[in-house]
Amino acid sequence: PCCIWRKVSRVVGALKKEPPQPRTFMRGIQTVTLIPGDGIGPEISTAVMKIFEVAKAPIQWEERNVTAIQGPGGKWMIPPDAKESMDRNKIGLKGPLKTPIAAGHPSMNLLLRKTFDLYANVRPCVSIEGYKTPYTDVNLVTIRENTEGEYSGIEHVIVDGVVQSIKLITEQASQRIAEYAFEYAKNNQRASVTAVHKANIMRMSDGLFLRKCREAAEKHKDVKFNEMYLDTVCLNMVQDPTQFDVLLMPNLYGDILSDLCAGLIGGLGVTPSGNIGANGVAIFESVHGTAPDIAGKDMANPTALLLSAVMMLRHMGLHGHGQKIETACFDVIRDKKVLTKDLGGNSKCSEFTEAICERVRDLV
Amino acid sequence: QVSEAAASAPVCWEERNVTAIKGPGGRWMIPPDAKESMDRSKIGLKGPLKTPIAAGHPSMNLLLRKTFDLYANVRPCISIEGYKTPYTDVNLVTIRENTEGEYSGIEHVIVEGVVQSIKLITEDASRRIAEYAFEYARNNQRSSVTAVHKANIMRMSDGLFLRKCREVAETYKDIKFTEMYLDTVCLNMVQDPTQFDVLVMPNLYGDILSDLCAGLIGGLGVTPSGNIGANGVAIFESVHGTAPDIAGLDLANPTALLLSAVMMLRHMGHHEHATRIQTACFDTIRDKKVLTGDLGGSSKCSEFTADICHRIQDLD
Repeated sequence: PCCIWRKVSRVVGALKKEPPQPRTFMRGIQTVTLIPGDGIGPEISTAVMKIFEVAKAPIQWEERNVTAIQGPGGKWMIPPDAKESMDRNKIGLKGPLKTPIAAGHPSMNLLLRKTFDLYANVRPCVSIEGYKTPYTDVNLVTIRENTEGEYSGIEHVIVDGVVQSIKLITEQASQRIAEYAFEYAKNNQRASVTAVHKANIMRMSDGLFLRKCREAAEKHKDVKFNEMYLDTVCLNMVQDPTQFDVLLMPNLYGDILSDLCAGLIGGLGVTPSGNIGANGVAIFESVHGTAPDIAGKDMANPTALLLSAVMMLRHMGLHGHGQKIETACFDVIRDKKVLTKDLGGNSKCSEFTEAICERVRDLV
Repeated sequence: QVSEAAASAPVCWEERNVTAIKGPGGRWMIPPDAKESMDRSKIGLKGPLKTPIAAGHPSMNLLLRKTFDLYANVRPCISIEGYKTPYTDVNLVTIRENTEGEYSGIEHVIVEGVVQSIKLITEDASRRIAEYAFEYARNNQRSSVTAVHKANIMRMSDGLFLRKCREVAETYKDIKFTEMYLDTVCLNMVQDPTQFDVLVMPNLYGDILSDLCAGLIGGLGVTPSGNIGANGVAIFESVHGTAPDIAGLDLANPTALLLSAVMMLRHMGHHEHATRIQTACFDTIRDKKVLTGDLGGSSKCSEFTADICHRIQDLD
């Protein structure tokens, strides 16, 4: 039964596999599923929609909510209309979702991940001129395997006072994320991919991961490939982040490094993020919180969601629109005349949004 | 040289080599005279050891760790005035549990193409490292201890670790205790490291964070490190490599080993000597007149050393 299962899954995998290339939409409007989220989610979503309209991006939004519901059999799931929308549109943009405490169901982010097999978490970290951090020239991308590794959730009490946690690494997941990383590098003109690991300590698990990375590297000779221990990456990252380009790693290391790199450019309020799933699904999202204390007060900073939306446009092949919007956003931040509070100013969200819109109009 | 010529630190050195040898029964061990010396003196200072490739035996560092049950790896990271990094005010200490966790070495192939790696967390080891962290905080006038974890994801293992930290915190009410997710620590660390004081965590997180923090202050060439074992044993060491390309050429920077020796003096209660030597070392670096190559200068190791010795004599 084991052999048959493996054969079937390999065939199914081959059938389902789509090369993750950017789509080019020469004509027509593309519908994107928009999940505004909670807290400041709705207002920053409105900001993004406004800017997109001014930029004349060929996008129309289909709003959906995701609140966990219990389906037949008691299994938690996302609302059917949200799933249907995403399956149809393939591309989604999502604001922050509040984390349920004692709600009896898993986090919405986890549900989304499982529903759409969002296997790759991608975070481009580029220094924002005008938003001062100790670093000026960060330009790297973290690509994190997001389905297995240390986050398998499998834990046991061995005896009283001794607990074990299982880290799972599979050939398939490692191969999939490695191939995605090299495709991404090629599609985004990145020169190198670095596999981040601890295979000196975790010889079998990280060793397997590394092997699949090397195999993928062999098939993408136009992209430079190297390997580095996670601790060495961290040691070097804070001394000179410019030495890094695309970083590829298993789940936990990706969790850490993606946040570390977000910190280098100024934090989660300005960092974009994308989740790539099977069957061509891709959900782009801001990774900051819902900020309930400022929700509804026109104080939020829409930069993270906007840059995620730019990432989305690039993924869809709409590079011209993506560039225009990103340039306008960076120009406004560099100018420092109209900044939200978290960026050091005292403007409203709507004023910041309007400033970007004006810039976009000049650029169109 | 520094401790003898200038500081007259009340320390006399007993040199030993550690090269793995096979004992009766074929088991790899450190040489008996090295073990005997350490068991007797309790305190050790160690330079870099070369990693054997295909030598058939485990790394010397691992052997030392197992022989003396070196359960706590301690790295104080303090910004060095004069040695420029993007950060100026780093002053924190990472305390890493060094015996278990993700580095258990237990791995299995489940079926072809599926591998599992076991992370082990025990109540005993967690309690021991937590207690060490709070004792360290108290003995070194540190105001807070932060437990670093991912118990939201690894509920049982990191959950157990966290519970022991909380229990120990209860018995050290004079020290502030907080908890923070590892990813949040990293996110915040690179934006504002001054918010951190003593950080305590399991093995892997400690491996990462201790190197991250070393990077903040300038790298392994200037970072001290100490390993605390059972039975009062403590081995202080530089954590950089052996640098074979400059070995024997009087080009090396002794700062990391020197600061580790300073850490050793403090551990032994010789605070005045420690401060004198540390001040002299930092003054030399701040002055920028006599710096080794890696610090941006062109002086020899011996010149750098002599400069520090002169300053100590002045401080006396």
